[in-house]
Amino acid sequence: MSLHIVAKITGVQKENEIVSTFTLDAKLEGKVSPGQFVMLWLPGFDEKPYSIAGVSPLTISVGARGPFSNKLCTMKKGERIWLRGPYGRGFELKCRRILLVGGGYGFAPLRYLAQLAKKEKISATAICGARSKGLLMKPAVCETIFTTDDGSEGMKGNVLTAMESLLKKEKFDIVYTCGPEKMMGAVARLAKKSGADCQMLLERYMKCGIGICGHCTCGGKLVCFDGPRFGYEMLDNPEFEKVWRDKTGHKVNL
Amino acid sequence: MTEGVAMLETSICGLKMKNPLVLASGIRGNSAHLLIRAAKEGAGAVTSKSCSLLPREGHSNPTMVDKNGVMLNAIGLSNPGVEEEITEISYAVKDAGVPIIASIVAFSVEDFAKVAERISEAAPHMIEVDAACPNTHSEGRMFSACVKDAVAVTKAVRKATKIPFSIKLSPDVPNIGQIAKACVDEGADCITAINTVGGMYIDAYAKKAVLHNWFGGISGPAIKPVALKSVYSIRQAVGPKVPIIGTGGVANGMDAIEMIMAGATAVGVGSALVLREKAFSGIADEMRAFMEENGYSGLSQLKLEK
Repeated sequence: MSLHIVAKITGVQKENEIVSTFTLDAKLEGKVSPGQFVMLWLPGFDEKPYSIAGVSPLTISVGARGPFSNKLCTMKKGERIWLRGPYGRGFELKCRRILLVGGGYGFAPLRYLAQLAKKEKISATAICGARSKGLLMKPAVCETIFTTDDGSEGMKGNVLTAMESLLKKEKFDIVYTCGPEKMMGAVARLAKKSGADCQMLLERYMKCGIGICGHCTCGGKLVCFDGPRFGYEMLDNPEFEKVWRDKTGHKVNL
Repeated sequence: MTEGVAMLETSICGLKMKNPLVLASGIRGNSAHLLIRAAKEGAGAVTSKSCSLLPREGHSNPTMVDKNGVMLNAIGLSNPGVEEEITEISYAVKDAGVPIIASIVAFSVEDFAKVAERISEAAPHMIEVDAACPNTHSEGRMFSACVKDAVAVTKAVRKATKIPFSIKLSPDVPNIGQIAKACVDEGADCITAINTVGGMYIDAYAKKAVLHNWFGGISGPAIKPVALKSVYSIRQAVGPKVPIIGTGGVANGMDAIEMIMAGATAVGVGSALVLREKAFSGIADEMRAFMEENGYSGLSQLKLEK
């Protein structure tokens, strides 16, 4: 493992009202899988984990929601970002018929997974949900079903509505999901009922990113080190869908 | 010869341990689930991350970086505060099945006494006092930087609790043995050494230190020689009876054997948890293999010869 590498922003695409997708000229070492993350550092400011949304070129989708991500979203082509990684364990691409279910910018790593699936000739279908049209992500390289809570685009309802009707018609070997934790819990339970396997990506407040400090724990699991990809074992985890830790480590109810 | 597991048995402050390996403080945080996990993974005892009187957010990131196993951190002592930690420690004491060492930190002697008194409500088997944090009343010097301040903390904690406690010392002093002896004379039951070694990484492109706090503490195998020297010096100073938790850069069984030969009663394990698989059970197996191969039947036989 090494310290930070310096990357230049080679492109910025505004995906929707809050998400910007950056391409960077950095090359990550080793085999990278969707769901792994990098720590992005703005020297003198802060450093935060971001899911990898593509590797050639290195792609990161950032939702503006706090001081760090807001600052990132003001950055332009040519500016520099420091990063270290890749860290964590990502999705394992397996099986023949896969379903991707993403909520909000949680769809970003799933889009990367869809690219890999296409390369491997694995048949994929994606469901991409958001509260409204202005928060939807761009489609994946496979068939993408859009849902919005308010019906402003695609199917009215959430990703579960689309998933339920899809599961009535088709059978999937595995469901990959990323988005709000309660959504992922519901997706996982639905997937389990259908007899499919499931992998999901968890998020927690991270400090070290390398499995030392323990800050990102979820019921004894380290999200940065054991995850962020987890499977059905999370449904029995005492803190999944329930507890988050703030910057002090204080437990907050999800 | 003592068979298998028993040859690694040790005890500190009357607490029996199936092996000498102790989860070091600051590794894997404040939560009970993670302490219990370390116990399940084979630790002989576990230490929680230091808790303070009030919650602390710590520094902004980067708080910890690793360059080829030479780790540097300045987390800034983030923790949810003693009130919440009492719940976590109580839970761990009930469920972990190994001795629980609750680490505490404060920025004044008075607050050390208060945190020690509060955390005692959780009935940890032992308390560890992080004396390597800055004393805001002493120009920001570490409490463990001089005999006077280290003794002041020791006396205050001794008065505040009946639970056995260890003072954790920084190696960044010329006289760690003398400081340890002074703490023991004033009522400390055990010494933990070493805390991290002061250090800094710089990013030349950014023209800034890598850690948000600029300075941090080095951990990982690089500091093992510093730890061995410190533990050896402390053992010479405090005599044969006082337990020492020797911590710093232990990543395999031989490191742990060396730490015990230097004078440690138990051995802290930290960075190794990310540097290798199965840190606790693996290190224990490697220790046992060395001991069997070389005719040792117990840890007390591991001694240096001059």
